[in-house]
Amino acid sequence: MEKIEAKDVNFYYGDFHALKGISMEIPQNKVVAFIGPSGCGKSTFLRLFNRMNDLVPGSRLEGQILIDGQDIYGPGVQVDELRKNVGMVFQRPNPFPKSIFDNIAYGLRVNGIKDKEFIAHRVEESLKGAALWDEVKDKLNASAYALSGGQQQRLCIARAMAVSPSVLLMDEPASALDPISTAKVEELICELRNEVTIVIVTHNMQQASRVSDRTAFFYMGEMVEYDDTKVIFTNPHKEATQNYITGRFG
Amino acid sequence: MVKFIESELMQLRSEVYQMWTLVYNQMDQARQAVLGMDHDIAQQIIVRERRVDAFELKIDSDVEDFIALYTPVAVDLRFVLAMLKVNNDLERIGDYADGIARFVRDAEAGNLDPALVEKLQLDTMFAVVLEMMKDLQQALMEEDPAKATSVMSKDDQLDRIKAASEGILVDYARSNPDSIAICMGLGGVFRKLERTGDHLTNIAEEIVFFIDAKVLKHTSGSSGSRQ
Repeated sequence: MEKIEAKDVNFYYGDFHALKGISMEIPQNKVVAFIGPSGCGKSTFLRLFNRMNDLVPGSRLEGQILIDGQDIYGPGVQVDELRKNVGMVFQRPNPFPKSIFDNIAYGLRVNGIKDKEFIAHRVEESLKGAALWDEVKDKLNASAYALSGGQQQRLCIARAMAVSPSVLLMDEPASALDPISTAKVEELICELRNEVTIVIVTHNMQQASRVSDRTAFFYMGEMVEYDDTKVIFTNPHKEATQNYITGRFG
Repeated sequence: MVKFIESELMQLRSEVYQMWTLVYNQMDQARQAVLGMDHDIAQQIIVRERRVDAFELKIDSDVEDFIALYTPVAVDLRFVLAMLKVNNDLERIGDYADGIARFVRDAEAGNLDPALVEKLQLDTMFAVVLEMMKDLQQALMEEDPAKATSVMSKDDQLDRIKAASEGILVDYARSNPDSIAICMGLGGVFRKLERTGDHLTNIAEEIVFFIDAKVLKHTSGSSGSRQ
């Protein structure tokens, strides 16, 4: 079953044609990686899935993006509701200046949940899901800033997961982390795929090959190739893809 | 591509080429040694076998380093994997040349009966093996999968000559009981050459895999994709 469908998507920053006629389908509960050189449009495309580009002045979208069959740019779509369903994790961990507990509880409270027992249960569940519970269970009231970079990133993943999204967008989630923290985030991605559909932008080829089921290669605003990750990294069909993943250009 | 990675790949290719040339010469010398039952040439082959072994270890080590340091993918990964296997096959072919040389060195007989040699098609057997080696070396260097595939059919000729040699040697030994030892030795030479053909077929498959990502192994010539 397709979770996300992009239909002939074109996107413009003013006169600049950033995405050119992209159509793709992302299956449910799969991890899809977007790779490509800087400026190729992969992050722009990712940010369309939760309408993060809406506030960019002069930007314009053509085409359709459907999640669960619904056009997320259609009339009547509540962006807040959309973002509750489509969580996002960024390159640098961005915890709120609050306690660990409150970081996770924030999204639930904003959504009107007041039941303390439920919130506490959900915080624990989310932290366990992000493989962080054992490390923080004794200091839930400590500042989130007291955590290491890797822990902060997993906290952000837990925060995104607390409101039970069905899609998680990750924009280079491990690029600022050391190898051990990176491995933990990657393990987490593999576990979370059972619950959510994950789309990840990464510059790390090995990361894309390790964590994703399918990979899309972008170049100069076009999606050059989209296939099973195994195919992309063993026998890509397009020469441009092969040249990029083997480091021959980019 | 980063220049030093390209240069590492070129270096590996050059090492395989050198090993290939060395093993080719070993087999060519083995041919001369057997046909002339020349003990001196045989001894030279045996001494040079150590160089083949050293080359094998060097290429193994370089491939391991390349994979560990550069994490190759796609065509680069296929290339280094193919070189690892080609290296192994070449080393075995080197062993066969060495084995043939040891037969010549240890044989007590003088020259072989020219009529028997002709009937056995021993010279043809060597010629086909050497031609396959030459063509495959060229196919690898020119990255020509069609040439590599065309070599594979020659292995059938080796199988036919080897199969025929068994009956010829049995008949000859029966008629010339003093030649039993030499006939058994020659049987070993044919087995080694036939096995060399099998290794060359493996090499052809690896060349096609590296260039086209097609798997010919265990498919009787039909292509599949290793994905």
